[in-house]
Amino acid sequence: MLMAILVMVGLAAFFGALLGYAAIKFKVEGDPITDQIDQLLPQTQCGQCSYPGCRPYAEAIAKGEIGINHCPPGGDSTIQALADLLDVEPLPLDEEAGEHSDVPLVAIIREETCIGCTLCIQACPVDAIVGAAKLMHTVIADECTGCELCLPPCPVDCIDMIPVPQSTDNWVWPEPATLGKIPIKIEVKA
Amino acid sequence: MQFDTRITSLVNDAPDISQLMKQVLYALIPAVATLLYFYGWGVLINLVLAVVFALALEGIALWVRGKPVKPFLKDFSAIVTACLFALTLPPLISWWLILVGLFFAIIVAKHLYGGIGYNPFNPAMIAYAVLIVSFPLQMSQWPGAYSVTGEWLSLSDSLSIVFGQMDADWDAITRATPLDEVRTGLITGQSYQDIVAGDHFGWLSGVAWQWTSLAYLLGGLYLIKARVISWQIPVSVLAGLAGVAALMWLVDSSIYASPLFHLFSGATMLGAFFIATDPVSASTTPFGQLVYGASIGFFIYVIRTWGVYPDSVAFAVLIMNMAVPMIDYYTQPKVFGDSGRAVHGKR
Amino acid sequence: MNTLIQKLWKMRGGVHPAFHKDDSTRQPIQHTAIPPQLIIPLQQHVGHLPDLKVAIGDTVEKGQMLASVSAVGIGAAIHAPTSGVITSIEERTIPHPSGLAGSCIVLDSDGKDDWGNQRLAPLADYRECAADELLQRIEQAGVVGLGGAVFPSEVKLASAGEGNVETLIINGAECEPYISCDDMLMRERAEEVIVGIDILMHLLKAKRCLIGVEDNKPEAIAALNSALETLGAAGNAGHGQIEADQGSNTQLSGDSSDSASLAIQTVSPIASAPRIEVVAVPTMYPSGDAKQLTRILTGIEIPKGVRSPSLGLLCHNVGTAYSIYEAVVAGKPLISRITTVTGNGIQSPQNFEALIGTPFSFLVEQAGGYTDKAERLIMGGPMMGIALPSDGLPVVKACNCILISSRDELRLNDHDPADDERLVMPCIRCGKCMQACPVKLLPQQMYWHARARDFEKVAEHNLSDCIECGACSYVCPSHIPLVDYFRFAKTEMKAQQQAAIKSSQSRERHEFHEFRKAREKAEREEKRRKQKEALQKKKAAAADGKAGEGDSKQDAIKAAMERAKAKKAALKAAAKNKQDNSDAV
Repeated sequence: MLMAILVMVGLAAFFGALLGYAAIKFKVEGDPITDQIDQLLPQTQCGQCSYPGCRPYAEAIAKGEIGINHCPPGGDSTIQALADLLDVEPLPLDEEAGEHSDVPLVAIIREETCIGCTLCIQACPVDAIVGAAKLMHTVIADECTGCELCLPPCPVDCIDMIPVPQSTDNWVWPEPATLGKIPIKIEVKA
Repeated sequence: MQFDTRITSLVNDAPDISQLMKQVLYALIPAVATLLYFYGWGVLINLVLAVVFALALEGIALWVRGKPVKPFLKDFSAIVTACLFALTLPPLISWWLILVGLFFAIIVAKHLYGGIGYNPFNPAMIAYAVLIVSFPLQMSQWPGAYSVTGEWLSLSDSLSIVFGQMDADWDAITRATPLDEVRTGLITGQSYQDIVAGDHFGWLSGVAWQWTSLAYLLGGLYLIKARVISWQIPVSVLAGLAGVAALMWLVDSSIYASPLFHLFSGATMLGAFFIATDPVSASTTPFGQLVYGASIGFFIYVIRTWGVYPDSVAFAVLIMNMAVPMIDYYTQPKVFGDSGRAVHGKR
Repeated sequence: MNTLIQKLWKMRGGVHPAFHKDDSTRQPIQHTAIPPQLIIPLQQHVGHLPDLKVAIGDTVEKGQMLASVSAVGIGAAIHAPTSGVITSIEERTIPHPSGLAGSCIVLDSDGKDDWGNQRLAPLADYRECAADELLQRIEQAGVVGLGGAVFPSEVKLASAGEGNVETLIINGAECEPYISCDDMLMRERAEEVIVGIDILMHLLKAKRCLIGVEDNKPEAIAALNSALETLGAAGNAGHGQIEADQGSNTQLSGDSSDSASLAIQTVSPIASAPRIEVVAVPTMYPSGDAKQLTRILTGIEIPKGVRSPSLGLLCHNVGTAYSIYEAVVAGKPLISRITTVTGNGIQSPQNFEALIGTPFSFLVEQAGGYTDKAERLIMGGPMMGIALPSDGLPVVKACNCILISSRDELRLNDHDPADDERLVMPCIRCGKCMQACPVKLLPQQMYWHARARDFEKVAEHNLSDCIECGACSYVCPSHIPLVDYFRFAKTEMKAQQQAAIKSSQSRERHEFHEFRKAREKAEREEKRRKQKEALQKKKAAAADGKAGEGDSKQDAIKAAMERAKAKKAALKAAAKNKQDNSDAV
């Protein structure tokens, strides 16, 4: 009886020590999960998730403060990727956060209307608008993430969101299954 | 002038599935003729019933699954499955066993897995395996060859037996197959040489079986020549089987059958050229095909020699079907330029 | 003369389509009339969009540079194919599978086809020229690879470097069905091609040259060999001079007459002729792929990511060699190319020397017009070409063939729902695609993964090595458009990569934005703090100052009061004295 107890205690002590050692030896450094989440987010920095940018949202997800379905620009594919990463069930996109658009958008300033107030420059999270006070502003299309944060501050509503223009550089060969159903040509709104 | 741009990958001008399948059927003609000669009308009845049942089941399955029926029926794949299955059956087997077998082949093994192209297992072999496990007695009632018994059963009598109108005198009709005879003979202590000395044994195997095997071999060589199948699988199946058989035969030729006997008995040739080469369930990489084929040959020998079933091609093929994804994964060929000889070749 | 016996290596895979080359080789190369309007896309090459040198309304001469190599990176110059007026510079549909528009220069020709003084000075004694000078000329002339890659030749040659290339491979295989432009070029202008090769060999300091021609072009092989003999004999004779008259073809067009007048150049004998060898390679598609031809001729497989010059090799197309000849010896920029117009949709299939920018419809008209079989328009061959929507599109530098044919003759696999003969069936894993693949890929596995959009797995199966030759699609018994899946996967992966790059850039920019905001805030606070401090100091100082000033005021008041007192006292005393004095009086 005593022997049995001793053996059990001994085993328990041994495995406990082993686990403790393993925990120290194989400790994962830092908190890479936030980085991993941040990698999957679209980096539009739009704040539609109610956090000021993608990184804070990633931190909030990592802490479990908020669900994975509050990122409209990422849409279902981002939700799926996050679900895979975090091993949770994918959820439908939170409608309160906004709607997902399949077509990537960029902002464009109607330059004849712009009064040069610089408000949009301050609003842009990626510094993609250039201009100076009382001078016309313009959007660097390549840098614009389509976050729409510049729209509300504009006092004269001179900023429009347009689909990213198709060119031979960003054109994607149509997936064969869709041939014959969807016309290959995509109308670009001027 | 405006043109239609609805063109994908432009030209496609090679035999399509139905043409490939038809060539397989042509290649079966010599074997069917030989079997007809030795076993009579039962062979033809099996084939006709199997084709009719297979087409009916295929049509129903396609209709239920909402697929276009006509083009898929026209691909001949169901007919090939039916013929291969029918050729593994003993002649004069009851019609409903054919139906049961084809139900498993077409519905379970093929359409429940997604139809043509998606079945991980060879449908004809699934059908054979189901029947031999479930109805071992009926599946081993091989009538004696006409050359042995000298009795030619008329078409009407054959039909009556198949449709259960007439009870066959099975004890009188059936003969043990050479494989069975060798196995039981060896179990009862006879030497291999004594067993094959019987007059119904030819110089390779049983008389009927050796000629049938040669007919399959002929058809198989045609398929290789017509590039319907690649040489890797049949050659490696035969080499795998013959290799193991030769090894054992050299160890003790009185208790292990000769490699030639194995090659020309049972369904070896049918399996090597027509069954194992079913592209859907076989390995696709050249080296993988060698591994796949040699393993089938190995398992044919092992199950034949130490197993209890009359033949083992079906089980060997099904076992290796399971291993195909793994074989393919580990035997990817090296891409162009990756062969490590990016230096001047010897001139 | 050549004693070398060229061993050939067998190509792996490949297919034997119906070649249909005889249709378009019955007539000699025709020079077209000058089309009334030319549409010249700016992007006709790999690299950056060139910089425009002309404006709307400009009158240009033939050969005038319309756009020069981009200042930001590699590219090729564009020249006016004929003289005329630039009427527009606008977005027009370009010959691209997307059917999208690109910037084009629209040139209304004046019919004079006048070179003015735009012709480059002929460098007939190119062997005296330094490599740099020749490279500069090739760049100036806008020469790009005419085999289909349209990569700027100058960049390719310059990056190969001098002396690195031991074997120059000239690609005259032309393995794709229907196309015969290289075949006709070699038949009719073999000497010019050889001179072009000699320029390349001189430029690269190559030790030898192998011209690979498929053995279904015996006339071309014979023409090249006889040209080698003529030019080489002249070389051996020492001072024999031969005339390389490239304009022997007396056609009505202005181009031929002026090339004749100008190209009566005395070309010095070709000393390198003994080191040039014409090799007949077995006819098998796609032996004309540069890497495949290299392997067939030398046994060397150029691995992915390895530049061929590092293995002592470089491959150029015969058409490119000819263009280099024209640029160097004839001083003619790349303003025209030989284009095959063929297919059963064409009345009289043949080859044309077509000006860049010529609308397809103009060429078709010159070839006798359409037949009733004109159902599809393909630029390039049936295996790798691209289907185009309209015959208003222009000939570009890459346009080796205009194929107009019926769907049935091409055995097109275009998935007409009404056509259940050629319905796409499921893959039966037959492995025929793998056997046909010249680069030893597993098209079937790539297809499964591409269909599942598992692009990581597709990449693992070496999608980037796929040359899109179409051999797998050609043999597929299930009629699966494999190459379309691979093109889709390639472009989609590129788009995803671009998106990933953009998102990481956005992240960096946002981080910088946040940092900048934080810094500005910190700076503002610092400034405010400093201001506050300064104010406080000032206040303190002011307080001190006020106190001091107050004292002095009080002092002053005191002093004033004292002074006043003293004055008063003095006045009092004076009055007293006066009073005393009056009293005394």
